Amino acid sequence: MSATKARPSHAAQPLGSASILKKASISALVALVLFSLMIGVRTEAGPQGGLIYWTRFGELAAMVAAVFGGSIVIELLRQWWGPVDKDRVVPKPVQAAFAFVGRWLAPALLVFTFLVPVIFYDQRYILDLAILVLTYVMLGWGLNVVVGLAGLLDLGYVAFYAVGAYSYALLATNFGLSFWVCLPLAGILAAFWGILLGFPVLRLRGDYLAIVTLAFGEIIRLVIINWQSLTGGPNGVSGIPRPTLFGIPLTAGDDGLAARLGIEFSPTHRVVFLFYVILALALLTNWVTIRLRRLPIGRAWEALREDEVACRALGINTTTTKLTAFATGAMFGGFAGAFFATRQGFISPESFTFQESALVLAIVVLGGMGSQLGVALAALTMIGGFELFRGFDQYRMLVFGVAMVLLMIWRPRGLIGHRSPTVFLERNQAISSDLVKEGHG
Amino acid sequence: MDYFAQQLINGLVLGSIYGLIAIGYTMVYGIVGMINFAHGDIFMIGGFIALISFLVLVSLGLTAIPFILLVVLLVSMAITALYGWTVERIAYRPLRHSFRLAPMLSAIGMSFVLTNFSQIAQGARVKPVPPIITGGYTLHEGASGFNVQISNMQIIVVLVTIVLLTLFTWLVSRTRLGRDMRACEQDQTMAALLGVDVDRTISMTFVTGAALAAVAGMMYLLYYGQVDFFMGFVAGIKAFTAAVLGGIGSLPGAVLGGLAIGLIETFWSAYFSVEYKDVAAFSILIVVLIFMPTGLLGRPEVEKV
Repeated sequence: MSATKARPSHAAQPLGSASILKKASISALVALVLFSLMIGVRTEAGPQGGLIYWTRFGELAAMVAAVFGGSIVIELLRQWWGPVDKDRVVPKPVQAAFAFVGRWLAPALLVFTFLVPVIFYDQRYILDLAILVLTYVMLGWGLNVVVGLAGLLDLGYVAFYAVGAYSYALLATNFGLSFWVCLPLAGILAAFWGILLGFPVLRLRGDYLAIVTLAFGEIIRLVIINWQSLTGGPNGVSGIPRPTLFGIPLTAGDDGLAARLGIEFSPTHRVVFLFYVILALALLTNWVTIRLRRLPIGRAWEALREDEVACRALGINTTTTKLTAFATGAMFGGFAGAFFATRQGFISPESFTFQESALVLAIVVLGGMGSQLGVALAALTMIGGFELFRGFDQYRMLVFGVAMVLLMIWRPRGLIGHRSPTVFLERNQAISSDLVKEGHG
Repeated sequence: MDYFAQQLINGLVLGSIYGLIAIGYTMVYGIVGMINFAHGDIFMIGGFIALISFLVLVSLGLTAIPFILLVVLLVSMAITALYGWTVERIAYRPLRHSFRLAPMLSAIGMSFVLTNFSQIAQGARVKPVPPIITGGYTLHEGASGFNVQISNMQIIVVLVTIVLLTLFTWLVSRTRLGRDMRACEQDQTMAALLGVDVDRTISMTFVTGAALAAVAGMMYLLYYGQVDFFMGFVAGIKAFTAAVLGGIGSLPGAVLGGLAIGLIETFWSAYFSVEYKDVAAFSILIVVLIFMPTGLLGRPEVEKV
């Protein structure tokens, strides 16, 4: 299972069928031991409170056989594909086609997105799915500022999403503030929390930072669960008001939008409205990110991602650079959270688990860490992929985990593309920063 | 005072379990320089395998409890160690020379795989076991009727931790494998040049870490009387906190950190609020990293360009 870059000499020579069979047998044997108890025996709390168990040797045999077969297939695929790091020559016409698609994909996608409510007006399911995808596109673009541009691994992004959602929910239900007043407030509050989190983590290196942000996300969730008098605890907040179009509600009443325009009321109006709200928010995120990347602060983020020590040597204030990255990312997370709250009408801590953080992070990584178009496509793939598993809910996260591992092995720099720094020297230095590991220079 | 003494005992027992898990984190971090995010789930798998093998052995008609427990211990250590080996082989080894975040993300993926695998394979409900080791001693009879007690189970947990820690310290400081591990920790390239099989050493690190996590899982099962598929996540973060608190890369530090986290959590629940005990543990992680990034016993890390 391990023909890797570390030992290219082994990977290069094709293996005979005997050795493939041997490898597959070893894999099957390992699988047999691994699964013998976990799959072969099923335990359950019995009716009297004690434990009962029954055996499932059929499933066990099937799993082992699947591992055996899968191992052979993977080995054959690997031989067919050749070494991982081989330079592949892409034919000229294909290159031209790629370039053409690359140039026109983003505008085409944008136009298509604008037309989605027109094309799928009657299909509520697709509209809801599109809103969901756009929410994740926005979250992905927000996290992209932190992870993709500044290179800070944030495993607790969902905390800012939660802060935004609860900010809007509580302000609206307690003080009757409207969505459009609360939206900037939610963003500001989330950015404030981002700075609060940013302060302690400034001195930390990559992995520590990841764990601290994870702990922070969990702290926020636990506080939301336990602070029942404010947040309603596990029951959440319900009855969150819907957004209005500059004060005009999208309801069936006399003062509703439909009545004022003199058209027949339909609940789809609200869905379409929500669709354009999230689309506008997402495009705002994208626009701000693209603009910021051209400002000194954006350049500083990218420099920070490439090499922190060099950054400091060049006189970039790493503290403020990291803080602004955190705050900007958190602000967009807060916007998305406020939108989530108003769309759902009900929020509870269950929506803000670590799995959400991991999902958004997976979108950013899949999209190539820094590429805006990549993140959008990754969100579409991920959420669409999740929809395929509707009805197999319990296998969803399993497949998600497997996909994450395989993706990291196959394309650690992202499936769609890697955003290189906006500015760089024409002549490359002798050793790229990828090759220099910390402590191994 | 009696109440304090009782909480001290409870805290030490909990801390021993965290310490056993933390060793796995600290060793892997020391050698490979990555957070093995799936380690908490390895601990959970260890608990499950102990539970299942116990059930099977009992239903085979065995009655000698000490013998059963010994077999369960060995079986769960062996199988869980194989899980650790497989995880390293599939998810981490191909990424040894990849960019910084790749192994971390792969580890998160692996953690999801293990969690959901056991949810699908064994169901989502909590699995209770009746108390297997009962009895205990009353250390001090309080005037108000509150007795300081220590159960046999608690004694066993602490004893097992001490024995394993001794064994493990011996392994690292006296054996060939331990020497290889320390060599790889200092400089992998140089170790490889001097004839150390780096791949094998890293595999063995994962195997021993997983075996210790399996012991922790079994102790958890016997002490708390239940396992569920989600217990690895929180336990994993806390054990990692313990490893960081003790100074990551340091073995005594991991146990010390584990005890500290166990005590803090127990006292927090006893004197403040049970609901916020996890918040307390996670806050400590953040505070420690701000004021003592190297932990209690860790070495300061020198950043080279």
